[in-house]
Amino acid sequence: MLHEILFFIFAAGCVAGAINLLAQKHPINSALSLIVVMASLAGIFLLMGAEFVGAIQVIIYAGAIMVLFVFVIMLLNAGVEEHTKGSKIALILGIPGAAVVAILVTWILLRSQQSAAPIAIGQLHGTGADIGRLLFGPFLLPFEVTSVLVLIAIMGAVVLSRREEP
Amino acid sequence: MGAVVIFLLVSLIKVAVVIGVLLTIVAYTVCLERKVVGRMQNRWGPTRVGPFGLLQPLADGLKFILKEDLLPPHVNRPLFILAPMLALTMALISISIVPFGGMLTIGHFTTPLQITGILGANGQPVDINIGLLIILGVTSIGVYGVALAGWSSNSKYSLLGGLRASAQMVSYEVSLGLSLVGVLILTGSFSLREIVNHQSGAFWHWNIFGGFQFIAFFIYLIAAYAETNRIPFDLPEAETELVAGYHTEYSSMKFAMFFMAEYSNMVTVACIASILFLGGWSGPIPHFLPAIVQSLVPIGYFLLRVVFFLFVYIWVRGTLPRFRYDQLMAFSWKFLLPLSLANIMITALVVALRS
Repeated sequence: MLHEILFFIFAAGCVAGAINLLAQKHPINSALSLIVVMASLAGIFLLMGAEFVGAIQVIIYAGAIMVLFVFVIMLLNAGVEEHTKGSKIALILGIPGAAVVAILVTWILLRSQQSAAPIAIGQLHGTGADIGRLLFGPFLLPFEVTSVLVLIAIMGAVVLSRREEP
Repeated sequence: MGAVVIFLLVSLIKVAVVIGVLLTIVAYTVCLERKVVGRMQNRWGPTRVGPFGLLQPLADGLKFILKEDLLPPHVNRPLFILAPMLALTMALISISIVPFGGMLTIGHFTTPLQITGILGANGQPVDINIGLLIILGVTSIGVYGVALAGWSSNSKYSLLGGLRASAQMVSYEVSLGLSLVGVLILTGSFSLREIVNHQSGAFWHWNIFGGFQFIAFFIYLIAAYAETNRIPFDLPEAETELVAGYHTEYSSMKFAMFFMAEYSNMVTVACIASILFLGGWSGPIPHFLPAIVQSLVPIGYFLLRVVFFLFVYIWVRGTLPRFRYDQLMAFSWKFLLPLSLANIMITALVVALRS
């Protein structure tokens, strides 16, 4: 019972934040709505027993990445945006596309029997140690490939932002 | 009464006591700071209100409440009001994870001395597995308080202060987080209680000595000063350049909320430093005392360490001048970050060779 109530609170926060993100005219309000979405996602991760992922979600996404978003908006002093009337392509392709994706996700979730047993509150099986063992055991190759990708992105950023030599 | 009702009641009492004590400590840290800095600069500090000026925090608080609450017309109103609330809320939430001692025993009733702690199955207190990460996460949300205050004030000094603050806090958060990894490797847990239990015993078992984490300790201390915007890293509110930085436009209680957030962050940082590096509440406990006094003695040891850290904060404030802004950023990225990475490497190597 408590599990369902908490889930709906966080899910409602998540969806409301996402809709508000699109509806707001000022970039900083949109960025703040995105922070609400990230924080609600962290709550849902905690409900699934993934405590480490939930904490990292708050630290990395809500804390670090969104601070940079807000920082850039503040630095550029971005003004109020104008809403367009909406293009026809978005109307014709977007709504059916979103419906198809939603149906597909629901279908896949209903088909798979993995998450049949719900997790009791306080039963946390995604500890940091477990995730560390998984990352450096069965998932070593994807983990290392991702880290190389991140390294390339960092080097790209350094090269692009370097001052031109006279 | 059911177990749930008792649990809720005990938690409520704990929250009330901890918030009350924290705010009192915050008020008296301000008083202590004025006194100590006064003595360091060869003057008296506050002496008029009460004996030795001890009632000065009360007078200050009353002044903040009674002053007119100005809302400048050019601000972004919702965010302008939200920002100080966010800063203070996040500063107060992070103290709920901190354990202050072992167990409190009143007659037959025992409870852990921590808001988010419960009694485990074996009668030992347990707390959240990811306590340290939650504190880091809550602190990183607290950055928005400062950043939004600077932006929503819609004045150039505030904006510059907010920009400086968010850049500085994001940069130093990296070194702060990495300096803790050495301790985490030694303990093998994020739980603050387990970190303290791991260092139990005399002072040579503390992480700073026994774990050879003194480099990490100094990195943490420097990064924590920057995170809490204290001298020598108080660039966000540098009064010679930016009037008062991000809180230039704030008055009365809204300004006081930023002030309280800064000082309660200082207290949390001091608590974390004592837990991670100085053995938490460990110390000799005389066994001839009654049980309730015995369970309160560790809090005394813990407070001693926290007050020591707060004194060092004030001492540094009275001693060092302010950094230049480019030096501040270069110091974080070019010196603290490589040093903390080296500390992690060496600690991990030693732990791997020993096991």
